[in-house]
Amino acid sequence: MIVELLSVSKRFGDRAAVDEVTLEVSPGLCFGLLGPNGAGKTTTLRMIYGVTRPTSGSIRVFGRDIATERRRVRARVGVTLQQTVLIEALSPLENLRVFGRYHLLREPELSRRARELINFFELGSHATMPVRQLSGGFQRRLAIAQSLINAPDLLILDEPTTGLDPAVRLALWSRIRELRATGTSILLTTHYMDEAQRLCDRVAIMSLGKIISEGAPAELIESRLAPEAVEFDCAPQDEAAFLDDIPLPAHRLRVGRRLMIYLDDATALAAHVRQRDPRDRRSLVVRPTNLEDVFLSLTGTNLEWQQ
Amino acid sequence: MSISLPHALAVWRRNAAMYRRTWWLNILPNFFEPVLYLAAIGIGVGGYISQMGGMSYLQFLAPGLLCVAAMNGASFEVTYNIFVRLTFEKSYDAMLTTPIEPDDVLVGEVLWAITRSCIYGGCFFVVIGLWGLVPRPAALLALPLIPLTGLLFAAFGVAFTLRIPNIDLFSFYFTLFLTPLFLFSDIFFPLKDRLSGAWLWVAEVLPLLHPVRMVRAAFAGDASLVLLWDLVYILALSILLLAWARRSIRRRLTS
Repeated sequence: MIVELLSVSKRFGDRAAVDEVTLEVSPGLCFGLLGPNGAGKTTTLRMIYGVTRPTSGSIRVFGRDIATERRRVRARVGVTLQQTVLIEALSPLENLRVFGRYHLLREPELSRRARELINFFELGSHATMPVRQLSGGFQRRLAIAQSLINAPDLLILDEPTTGLDPAVRLALWSRIRELRATGTSILLTTHYMDEAQRLCDRVAIMSLGKIISEGAPAELIESRLAPEAVEFDCAPQDEAAFLDDIPLPAHRLRVGRRLMIYLDDATALAAHVRQRDPRDRRSLVVRPTNLEDVFLSLTGTNLEWQQ
Repeated sequence: MSISLPHALAVWRRNAAMYRRTWWLNILPNFFEPVLYLAAIGIGVGGYISQMGGMSYLQFLAPGLLCVAAMNGASFEVTYNIFVRLTFEKSYDAMLTTPIEPDDVLVGEVLWAITRSCIYGGCFFVVIGLWGLVPRPAALLALPLIPLTGLLFAAFGVAFTLRIPNIDLFSFYFTLFLTPLFLFSDIFFPLKDRLSGAWLWVAEVLPLLHPVRMVRAAFAGDASLVLLWDLVYILALSILLLAWARRSIRRRLTS
């Protein structure tokens, strides 16, 4: 195991930010910690790389106790923080060199590695201009490049694509997949369920400091809900009348006026809704069931709402 | 966990890399500031003073202002700059994802502040040398006192910076702490001519007084036992403040 947490808790005063979390991350995988803001994801990560000390429980990374071997562990870990931290007055190349020195890299290795990362993240056209002139997407790529300067065995990404536009997200996802393909283990947090579904081999869903479910994304969906989802607007009091003459599906969830129904074959229900609502006032959507639905079924709230 | 000097130097090099970008912008004011003080107070005010402490007023001012240059060089670095890195830029959070530990951050920053005090103080020394205000070779002994002054004020500044919740409080540090020190630490007039017995003892608490007395002694070319007390004061207080800062930085960066 690359990361092992054994009933780890972290309290700030009365509040348990992380509550009895037990977790194992196997090497070579991309592991996702999912959950809304405030679920305890970032605190969990900080404990894994050793800057936050758990109130109780034990953590081993690469088989080493993080409480006593922080420097050793961090030499083999790369971390991209939620907030992009760069030196704005310096160029991407200089930023990478400064960061490489934190790992005690020396020339010529330092510059060679910086060049490699500039190429890998396609930052070549901007390599020598001050970082403050770069767009948010470029800065984020550079921040991730920075955390790879020591060629880590474990890459930790705290919400890597929050606030980025779709094209940049796609580009970053493909880089992350390439890294995994070359053997880097990846541990990421996200509150985007689509991100987790595309990138992660395994996910753990966190809510209010606890891990409430864990498994491969497809497994999680399969074990809890049917594969197809039909969603449309329908007030609670109309629900019975609206669905009266079709067989009642097993899984139903609701967020406010939005009703979601999960079933093996959505065709009949979708046709029924279209027939009752020909002008689509109820904004009917038929789609595959995703992790967002799993989260909803587990917590009874939707991600945006819990934030 | 113990301090790792190579990691502390990596922190130092981060600041040096930024400073190198704009060194010519930063270093010019270092030359102008002492010239302005010496011109306005040394020549302007000094024109009305025939002599002070047995020498011309310009000669009297030079050693004290050398310590002020060292104090300012360190102070700006460990106040605003550290606060910004800590709170807004989150630079230390990024460092702590690498093998760097909070203690290394503290040592690196203090070393950098001492470096800045050497740049400031060094520039000042060159100016007064060219002005003919360095009277004898023994005055070169003042040079190692520049980083010593830098250490003391780096320690004060960093201890304060790590404790305050918002950036506005620095105006207290500068106007209620550094400015009074600047005005009452034997720089503009000899304290012993103005204060009577018991008050002279009280004045010994003023931190800037001690480097000023040492630099003055170097410029005058005479040594006395009181300088040992000055040295002990500076080192002991620096160590005490840094020990306190060490606790604070651990608490601020790891929780």
